[in-house]
Amino acid sequence: MAASLRELRERNRSVRATQKITRAMELIAASRITKAQAAARATLPYTRELNRAVAAVASYSRVAHPLTTERETFKRSAILVITSDRGLAGPYTSNVIKMAERLTQTLLDEGREVVTYMTGRKGIAYYDFRRRPLEKTWAGFSDKPTYADSDAIADELISRFLMDPEDGGVDEIQVVYTRFESMLVQTPRVRRILPLHVVRDDAPRELMPLYVFEPNAETVLDALLPLYVRNRIHFYIMQAAASELASKQKAMKAATDNAQDLIETLTRQTNQARQAKITQEITEIVGGASALAEE
Amino acid sequence: MAETFWVEIVSADRLVWEGEASQLVATTTEGEIGILARHIPLIATLAPGRAEVTAADGTRHIVAVEGGFVSVTLTRTAIISPYAQMAGDINVAEARRALIDLAAQREAGDNTMATKQAYHRAQAQVKAAESHDPSHASV
Repeated sequence: MAASLRELRERNRSVRATQKITRAMELIAASRITKAQAAARATLPYTRELNRAVAAVASYSRVAHPLTTERETFKRSAILVITSDRGLAGPYTSNVIKMAERLTQTLLDEGREVVTYMTGRKGIAYYDFRRRPLEKTWAGFSDKPTYADSDAIADELISRFLMDPEDGGVDEIQVVYTRFESMLVQTPRVRRILPLHVVRDDAPRELMPLYVFEPNAETVLDALLPLYVRNRIHFYIMQAAASELASKQKAMKAATDNAQDLIETLTRQTNQARQAKITQEITEIVGGASALAEE
Repeated sequence: MAETFWVEIVSADRLVWEGEASQLVATTTEGEIGILARHIPLIATLAPGRAEVTAADGTRHIVAVEGGFVSVTLTRTAIISPYAQMAGDINVAEARRALIDLAAQREAGDNTMATKQAYHRAQAQVKAAESHDPSHASV
């Protein structure tokens, strides 16, 4: 029996205090996920209408737009990595970063330059510590992103894509984010957002009416595609936010369960130590008494 | 009673308004456009400004839009504008202050896309709020 009774009791108290904190964090994360999911659901009407409009324009005009055109010479890629602002979320950020590093390596192997954009303090800190260059960073909204946050990121990415390659423009943009599969599973993924790949549905489920475009199809497309890209970015950022919260909840639940195990072991050890002490005292008393009796 | 049609006003993060309406007036880049039931399918770009929906029960709703689209299909009409906001929900004082700040920024030579957009948004909000409630009208 190494530790004294007092030490055991102190450790027990400290673990209990920590457990209270992790349990509170678990509950907070759980309630925020519900909110994040509601926010994600609330964007569905916009996404639906936007997709419908893009499909409508795409089916009537031959789409030739800077945002949808594949570059012939391909020398520079941009990646946007979406990480979290805070830790205590299990492997959430490190999984995204691992994915981003693998992607970067593949691109470098193909002989391209890579420009990295990052959101979330954790990812920024990781790159800064290793002195890796980040083109531009954003932070402070990873668990409750608004459209305006995503919009600012999209502004930067779109203008970088449209910039002349001679001046540092990029030929494609990929996003590394974490997809929210379910409360239990979140997987890091890579998606290319630019140039846009317009999927032309050859057998439309719903017959497109004959639209009139005002002022004309090209102008409508010009205004529509940037909104579409912004919406994609917002979608990925919101998925990442939900994943971050789910990861955090899972990590905090594990911490609370571990604390519970620790408390049980410590309580058992405390009881044993106490019992040993009592037994020892009795033995001493009995020993002392019998020594006196023998005289 | 005029024939009604289904209208949805969606902003990037939520459904702002939906319901049966008898008339929708919006400002496109080409000018004002009035839409009634059975309008032909149309997609038009919106100019920063306001849109006005007359609901089936006769109430008028004013919405501030800073761009986006109006899309008319056979089944429904939608206003798709990332920052659409009901005039009643706008904080007029804040919008007006933002407008003054942004105007100053633009005069100082800041003519980036973001500033321009924010300026148009503030302008649309102030305009919509003023027509929603004349007591806000500036002197």
